[in-house]
Amino acid sequence: MNVPAAWYLVLAAVLFGIGAFGLMTRRSALIMFMCVELMLNAVNLTFVTFARTLSDVGGQATVFFVMVVAAAEVTVGLGIVVAVFRRRSSTSVDELSELKG
Amino acid sequence: MSAVTISYAWPSILVFVAAAILILVGALGVITYKNPVHSALSLIMTLFGVAVAFVAQQADFLAAVQIIVYAGAIVVLFLFVIMFLGVDRKEHVHVEPFVSQRPLAALGVLITVGGLIALMAESHWVTGVKSVSTVGTALATGQANVRQLGTAVFTTYLFAFEATAALLVIAVVGAVLLARRERTVLTEEVDE
Repeated sequence: MNVPAAWYLVLAAVLFGIGAFGLMTRRSALIMFMCVELMLNAVNLTFVTFARTLSDVGGQATVFFVMVVAAAEVTVGLGIVVAVFRRRSSTSVDELSELKG
Repeated sequence: MSAVTISYAWPSILVFVAAAILILVGALGVITYKNPVHSALSLIMTLFGVAVAFVAQQADFLAAVQIIVYAGAIVVLFLFVIMFLGVDRKEHVHVEPFVSQRPLAALGVLITVGGLIALMAESHWVTGVKSVSTVGTALATGQANVRQLGTAVFTTYLFAFEATAALLVIAVVGAVLLARRERTVLTEEVDE
């Protein structure tokens, strides 16, 4: 018998927390994108765990779509990082403060 | 609770512990390494751990996609951008514009994760009741899992599938537009 679903859910919650902490504390836009990926993977793990627990393939289909959206998000996000770097020679998000009131 | 008396097969516990170590060590590496290249390599470790957890939970197709798309495409894209921009030096953190950012972030994360875990422990929203739409059909493994997931994607979720195709095309066109350099800008930079 497989381990209880709660184990995987707690693991996913901790992974989400680590990703959220990194997103809020790191300065580099690239690292922040990686932390977003961590959080997306935590949610994917939750979906797969519920798909297993409830015997519903819908959870796995949702993970499939989340992966596609994550790939699109990384493509556009890294395009923005490249565009910002060309203008600023830096990927630090603290330097993007022109719109600060 | 009867959960205490049920003994789980030790291979599944071993797989869970291995996946948890891979995931947590990799995730901590992503947020602690100063060098973005090291962070990206730690991210690969986490993604492999998640793939192990997928295999352990009858999501064989998604585990393969996880390796191919995430470790094979997304992290390589990250590394490509890191090396293309030459930002693989240490991130300079000499200026700290918001002093209490780290403690506040830690507090917020602790409240969120603690709340999630408390919710899991207290409430009974995981009732174990099977889905109405797929009642009677158990989640398959191996090749049958691929067939099951493919059937779901191409029937129930067909519209979402077509929409993701459009989304990917739009994302690629947008990325090309963002990364494209105007010819006039290029000549100005050369003149300087």
